[in-house]
Amino acid sequence: MSHLLEVNDLAVEFATYGGNVKAVRSVSFHVDEGETLAIVGESGCGKSVTVQSLMGIIPMPPGKITGGSARLKDKEILGLPPREANRFRGVEIGMIFQDPMTSLNPTMTIGDQIAETLRVHRGISRQTAFKRAIELLEKTRIPEAQKRARQYPFEFSGGMLQRAMIAQSLACNPSILIADEPTTALDVTIQAQILELMMELQRTENMSIILITHDLAIVARMATRVAVMYAGQIVETGTVDEIFYQSAHPYTAGLRQAMPSNVGDKNKQLTPILGSPPDLFDPPKGCGYCARCPQAMNVCLSRLPPAMAVGDNDSEHTARCWLQHPDAPDTQAVYQPGKQHAG
Amino acid sequence: MLVKTRDLAKHFQVGVGQTLHAVDGISLEINENEILGLVGESGSGKSTFGKALTGLLPRTSGEAWFRGEPLPAKFSAQDHLKYSKEMQMIFQDPYSSLNPRMTILDVIGEGLFVQGQHTRPQIRDQVAYWLERVGLSADHMSRYPHEFSGGQRQRIGIARAMIIEPRFVVCDEPISALDVSVQAQVINLLNDLKQSLGLTLLFIAHDLSMVRYVSDRMAVMYLGRLVETGTADEVFFNPKHPYTQLLIEANPEPDPQIERDRAFVPIRGEITSPINVGEGCRFADRCPVATSRCRSETPRDILVDEQIVACHNYD
Repeated sequence: MSHLLEVNDLAVEFATYGGNVKAVRSVSFHVDEGETLAIVGESGCGKSVTVQSLMGIIPMPPGKITGGSARLKDKEILGLPPREANRFRGVEIGMIFQDPMTSLNPTMTIGDQIAETLRVHRGISRQTAFKRAIELLEKTRIPEAQKRARQYPFEFSGGMLQRAMIAQSLACNPSILIADEPTTALDVTIQAQILELMMELQRTENMSIILITHDLAIVARMATRVAVMYAGQIVETGTVDEIFYQSAHPYTAGLRQAMPSNVGDKNKQLTPILGSPPDLFDPPKGCGYCARCPQAMNVCLSRLPPAMAVGDNDSEHTARCWLQHPDAPDTQAVYQPGKQHAG
Repeated sequence: MLVKTRDLAKHFQVGVGQTLHAVDGISLEINENEILGLVGESGSGKSTFGKALTGLLPRTSGEAWFRGEPLPAKFSAQDHLKYSKEMQMIFQDPYSSLNPRMTILDVIGEGLFVQGQHTRPQIRDQVAYWLERVGLSADHMSRYPHEFSGGQRQRIGIARAMIIEPRFVVCDEPISALDVSVQAQVINLLNDLKQSLGLTLLFIAHDLSMVRYVSDRMAVMYLGRLVETGTADEVFFNPKHPYTQLLIEANPEPDPQIERDRAFVPIRGEITSPINVGEGCRFADRCPVATSRCRSETPRDILVDEQIVACHNYD
């Protein structure tokens, strides 16, 4: 069976004064129907650029998609002419952003903004579209949707705005919802509400979700599968359980050890990841994580590791790490929960 | 104890006859050489409390003591000079809290310079020492803030506060703007400074897991009031106030198995406006166990086990 969305070898560069920044370097992943793929990584790892290039919303220039393909329902979506891109954007893929305050138009009422999506893509009348907008606001549990639809973004709280954004992104029943750090700006209680809403809508609307986040706790709550990004590449991918309980890449393990856990020993020291990510003007020849990796070997410096299967061959769990190579030294030491690794 | 407040309040006048009750009667004690974590949603008044304590904002009413000595409601220039030797603050945003036109030497050394008791070379030596201590290099002294990453700037902010050798530091969301891998560096540094220098910290944050990890005691704020105070582990694992219970239930854990097993009922509604609030429990509108008494009568502080809880259900 083919996948709903299949991305292969996507590469994106940005031209700047200092040279070309290779923000996304050969990224491949897929999304199946009804699942949630979480893309995790720290600032600057290329996770947002990856999904923005799928949506065709990276500014070009300075941005440039330098390679790869993305097939949605077996149709290529990269490099479409603007008119065709508009036909699938917002229809097949909906998107919500980190900061709902700056992503909505402050001069239009919430209802009109949602209705606009419907009028553009569905060609229905202003009145019908506005009615449908109110239904969508109700679906995202905005109280008094009738009244709220006539208000402007400044009259909404952060949580309510994110609900309105979700309503807008659902307008054309997309098969995929891309959520780029949807709850980073929100408090933990509001975050819980929004995540719950997204999970419920996923069930009722049968959507797939691509969730971009830096928060492993949100990944644990939401994801079916996970892709961990570092320095413009996916360094490890697998099911949520594989990523959390059988982490194979030292970066994934490092992220987990840098976070406090409320299970187990409180007095365990947090282990920071020392150093900083590599310069993507001139990405390292070998593994991008090599300079910070406690398990780095000579080969890591000189040769880029391919995505190698972890464990048995049936699983899709892969890691870009030479430790997964059959000739590599014993990898048992890579990650044992609660135990600090060397270095 | 080192710091104590009784009924500390800070109100802001907004528009005609409108009063915003940012902090509304906080009584709190912070012991010598402990980290007290202060948590709450945005708008609950935790930053305002920190600023009122260090004199960056004048308080409206209530009292505060430092080393048993009463603190003035509004700091004069002399008060600032006097207390800034002992109380310092570390800010949330490592970008806007460093003057972009000052070199790192001037940023970190300014506090000593203002005190006027050190020569220029002495200040230089101190700055070099603190740069190394927070994990940067003395060579960084002549650079400007824009040449540093977020985590490095946050450490510059810590060095600036620590060079004074204060006894008490208010850390206002010191890690919220940082990446996970860098958060651990800053947390470990603060812990190390607490232990080696006998520091006392008020650690303001909204990341519950991090607050539990770093704090000895934890206080939970809601709409300008404290709802629960106790040891960090007790408050986290055995919360008494309905708000604390819902807050901790909403806090996701980085463990898929725990998340799958979680009976997930998000807290209803959103934090209400702190403008012109009346009597009663501030949390009553969102509380699943509120009674009519909660809406009419302000709950008093009750000792439940080891925690101080402001809730009628325990009365």
